[in-house]
Amino acid sequence: MKLFAAFVSGLIFAVGLVLGGMTQPAKVIGFLDFTGGAWDPSLALVMGGALAVYGLGFRLVTRRSSPILEASFQIPERSDLPARLFVGAVFFGVGWAISGFCPGPALVSLGSGMSQALVFVPAMMAGMILFSMWSPSPLAEPSPDNSENAL
Amino acid sequence: MENFTPISSTIGGVLIGLSAVLFLLWHGRIAGISGILGGSLATTRAGDVGWRIAFLGGLIVGGIALSFLHPTGFAVTVERSPAALIVAGLLVGFGTQLGSGCTSGHGVCGIGRLSTRSIVATCTFMAAGAASAAIVTHLLGGSL
Repeated sequence: MKLFAAFVSGLIFAVGLVLGGMTQPAKVIGFLDFTGGAWDPSLALVMGGALAVYGLGFRLVTRRSSPILEASFQIPERSDLPARLFVGAVFFGVGWAISGFCPGPALVSLGSGMSQALVFVPAMMAGMILFSMWSPSPLAEPSPDNSENAL
Repeated sequence: MENFTPISSTIGGVLIGLSAVLFLLWHGRIAGISGILGGSLATTRAGDVGWRIAFLGGLIVGGIALSFLHPTGFAVTVERSPAALIVAGLLVGFGTQLGSGCTSGHGVCGIGRLSTRSIVATCTFMAAGAASAAIVTHLLGGSL
């Protein structure tokens, strides 16, 4: 049941990404580049729609004492702003703009057989593995889940 | 703005938010794709790989199904050399782990619960993305 629920969540997420236009790299780049003359604000609406639902849903769901299928919520509670947060976000932003892929849409596009995703996704996974091998301050403290990495 | 798709993009966003709410309700976790994928690849953690693979499987199976049901959803691709895609993939993979999240974990789930870290991270990767996209367009002639 847990696995089925996670699978269904992923499936709905995929449909949302595709309808939203996130699996069209040129559209993503057209959103990021508002100097290009043909700025496409669609993706701001993807984020706006998602935030409206999640902002409300988060408040409703976390009134419960626990989730349905697990013993407790695993919500990150950190509020520090270390340098690595900024450096990581810059790396991510640059890679996102070059390719038009962020992680979710890249995986959905891989499923569709899009040729660019067939190259991008293995490289992305390699980057993640490199990080786990290099990991500066071993993200340590995986208690209860590694909240730092749970994002 | 000729490519503007306000209705389908809003519906897509609502579905993404719904998925993240359901995942929170069922599993009690943040639906951050880079965290879910990174956690399934990291060698140090054991015992919680099952739900990660199931969620990622939903994304990929969704992609397979939608490539038949809604092929225009993958229509507007961009020409990039394999080298550019590999560099971008490494940056996204490494950067999302270093920065603890991506568009879903920080951009939707983090901002949705008003996390300062996520608001700062999202502004940072949006700014870096906008600057990089402008550089590619204007200085590099739009090709990589």
